[in-house]
Amino acid sequence: MDMWERIPLTSNYAAAYAAKDADVDVVAAYPITPQTPVVEKVAEFIANGELNAEMIHVESEHSALSACIGASATGARTFTATSSQGLELMHEMLYIASGMRLPIVMAIAARALSAPINIWCDYSDMFATRDSSWITMIASTAQEVYDSIIQAYKVAENPEVLLPAMVVYDGFIMSHTYEPVNVAKDRAPILEYIPKNYSRPRLDPENPITFGAIADPNWYYEFKYQQVVAMRNAYEVLRKADEEFDKRFGRSYGFVETYRIDDAETAIVTYGGLYGTVREVVDILREKGAKVGGIKIRVFRPFPHKELVDSVKNVKHLIVLDRAISFGGALEGPMAMEILTTLRLRSIDVDLYNYIVGIGQRSVTELDIINIYYHASKLIEKGVRLTESIYWGVRE
Amino acid sequence: MSSPSIPIYKSLFDLPREEYFAPGHGLCAGCLVGPIVRILLKVAGPNTIVVTPTGCLEVSTTLYPYTSWRVPWIHVAFENAAAVASGIEAAIKSLQKKGVIDPSRRINVIAIGGDGGTVDIGFQALSGMLERGHRVMYVLYDNEAYMNTGIQRSGATPIMAWTTTTPIGKVVKGKLQTKKPIAEIVAAHRVPYVATANPAYYIDMANKFRKGLLVDGPSFIHVIQPCTTGWRFDPRYGIKISRLATETAMWINWELENNEVFRVTVPVPKRKHVKHYLRAQGRFAHLTDEDINVIQKYVDKEVERINKLVGKEVIGPVVE
Repeated sequence: MDMWERIPLTSNYAAAYAAKDADVDVVAAYPITPQTPVVEKVAEFIANGELNAEMIHVESEHSALSACIGASATGARTFTATSSQGLELMHEMLYIASGMRLPIVMAIAARALSAPINIWCDYSDMFATRDSSWITMIASTAQEVYDSIIQAYKVAENPEVLLPAMVVYDGFIMSHTYEPVNVAKDRAPILEYIPKNYSRPRLDPENPITFGAIADPNWYYEFKYQQVVAMRNAYEVLRKADEEFDKRFGRSYGFVETYRIDDAETAIVTYGGLYGTVREVVDILREKGAKVGGIKIRVFRPFPHKELVDSVKNVKHLIVLDRAISFGGALEGPMAMEILTTLRLRSIDVDLYNYIVGIGQRSVTELDIINIYYHASKLIEKGVRLTESIYWGVRE
Repeated sequence: MSSPSIPIYKSLFDLPREEYFAPGHGLCAGCLVGPIVRILLKVAGPNTIVVTPTGCLEVSTTLYPYTSWRVPWIHVAFENAAAVASGIEAAIKSLQKKGVIDPSRRINVIAIGGDGGTVDIGFQALSGMLERGHRVMYVLYDNEAYMNTGIQRSGATPIMAWTTTTPIGKVVKGKLQTKKPIAEIVAAHRVPYVATANPAYYIDMANKFRKGLLVDGPSFIHVIQPCTTGWRFDPRYGIKISRLATETAMWINWELENNEVFRVTVPVPKRKHVKHYLRAQGRFAHLTDEDINVIQKYVDKEVERINKLVGKEVIGPVVE
C-alpha cells in the first residue's frame, strides 16, 4: 500500500495521471469541453518534467488521432483524450487506428452530441463508436478511470490483441468533480505491470514495412476477420490483466459489477457514474423490503456476455437505465439492446424494462430511480412486457 | 543552406544508383509521379519514412500483398498525411530522447500527396503541421485535379481547364476559378524552405528535395505532374509538356529559403507563348484563341510580378 498517494482528483486529472504513470511517449490532443483539463494537466506534467513525452498541439481532433496513428505506428506509446464532437471528428480515424492494429489509448469524457449543442453529459458519443473495434471500458469512479487506463495499455499492447482502447467516464459529473484517488508515488511498479515493448511491427527504416496498403475484395475481409479474432482475444487478456492488477495493486473491477444481487428479483442496470446513485437507491429500496440489486456494465467492447449472464441468473426483471438514444432502433436504449440480445441468444427470458435517462445531463436523482423502480414494478405486477423504451421525465 | 559544404547534384550521374521505389507498380503508362518519387527516394535514401495520403500514388503502389516501397511507408486517409507525419516525427523525437531509436540518427519524414490531399481536403492538417514546425518534408505532386477518382476539379485545377465536374457545356466552359497558389500560402507560414519544381528539370528538382530534407523544420516542394489520363495527351509526351510548362511560364521553378532569399532556379530568357502548352493537352482543346489570350495575360502578369520579386528579368518576353 506504500506505493500509493491518496489525493483528490477529478476523473479528467485521474486520466492525465494515468497517462503520466504509463510513461506515454507521445500525446496528441485537442481541447474540448469537458475533456480540456486532461490536455492541460498532461501539458503541465510535460512542462514540469514529470512526463518525458512529445506533445503535439494539433489543430483538430481529426489530426489528434491522425498524429496518434503516426506516432503509434512508429512504435511510441500513445495517448489522447476527447469528448463528443471531438470524438465524432475522430470517427473516421477510429476505424483506421483499429484496422492498423495500433494500441492507442484514449480517455473520453462522455458528452451529448449536437444539435442542439449541449456540452453536458450523456453517452451518445461513446455509443456512436460501437462498431469501430476499440476496446471500450466505462469507469464509474476517478480511481477506476486511473486504473482502467493503466489496464487499457496492458490489453491494447498485448500481441494477441493490438487494438486501440478507450476509457469512458461521465462528462462534468465525473470529469469535473473531485474524489480521493490512489495514484502511484513512483511509476516503476506501474511500468512493471505494463512494460514498454517496442518490438511490435512499426515504421522502422531498418526493417521497412508498408502500413495501410489497399486491400481489394480478395483480401479486405480477412483483415476484418483478424480484428474479430483480436477482439475475442481481448476478452481473456482483459480478464487476466484485471486479475494481475488485483494481485499487484489490490484493486480489480471485472467486466460486470454487481451490488446486492444474490437474492434480488429485480436488477437495475446502468453504466458510468450513475452506478453510484443506483447503489444508493438499492440500499434505500432494500430498507423498504424490495428485493432489488444493482448491475454495472464496465466493459462494453468486447461485450461481457458470460459475466452478464452470470450476474442475472437469479434475477426475474431487469431495469436498464440508458444514457443515450439509438434513434429508430429495435430498442432505443443502446445498452438495453445489447443486453437483450445477449440474454435472448442464450434463451434467458428476463423481462427487460428500458428507461432513457440523463440525456444532455438531465438530472437523475435517487428519487428518479426510486420512481422508475416503482413504475416498473407496477408494469411487472400487471404483467406488462415492454416493447419500447420509456423516456423518463421528458416533456412531450 | 546553400553553403558549398552541401553537395549539389550537377548531373544525373551524381544521383545515387540505389532504387527505393520498386518497379512493378500500377501507375498509368507515362505517369510522371513514378519518376518524381523515384528521384525523391534516391535523394532521401533508406533512412526515410514516407506518408502518403489517399491518391493515385497510394492506390497504385500498395495493392496488398504487394508494395513498391523499399522504405517504411504508411497511408492513413485522404486529409491527414501532414498530421500523421507530425505524429511520426514526434514519435522519433520521443523515442530518440528515450534511447529506443539511436539519437544520432537523422530519419527523414516525408509526406507525398496529390493536389486534392494537399490544397483541398488535406489543407488544414498541412497548415497545422507547418505552424507547429515539425521537421517533415511535404512533397505535393500536382496533377491539377482529382485524378484518382477520375478527373474532378480541385483547388489546383487551372482556369478554363476541362474536368468531369467542370465540363464544357453550352453555358459554362471548364473551371471558372484560377489555381490556388498553394506554395505561396505555405510560404506565408514562414517555414524554412519552400520550392516549386518540375520533373523535366530533374536535377533542379533533386537539389530541391535535398535542400528540403536538410532544413530544420518543415519544407514544402510543389512539383507539377502532367497526368496523361486527365490532361489528355499521348503518354510519351509527359516530359515534353512538363518542360513546356516552364518554357511558357505557366509554371515557374522557384525557391524561398528562410523566408528571405527568393530565387527563380530555372530562368527562361526567351519565353514561349502559352498556346504551345495549352494546345498540347486535350483538357484545353475547347479554348478559343481569345481564351488563350486571356490565359496569356494572366501569365504575363505573373511573370511581371515574379521578375519584380527577384529584382531582374529572370523570365523574358514571349518570343514564339
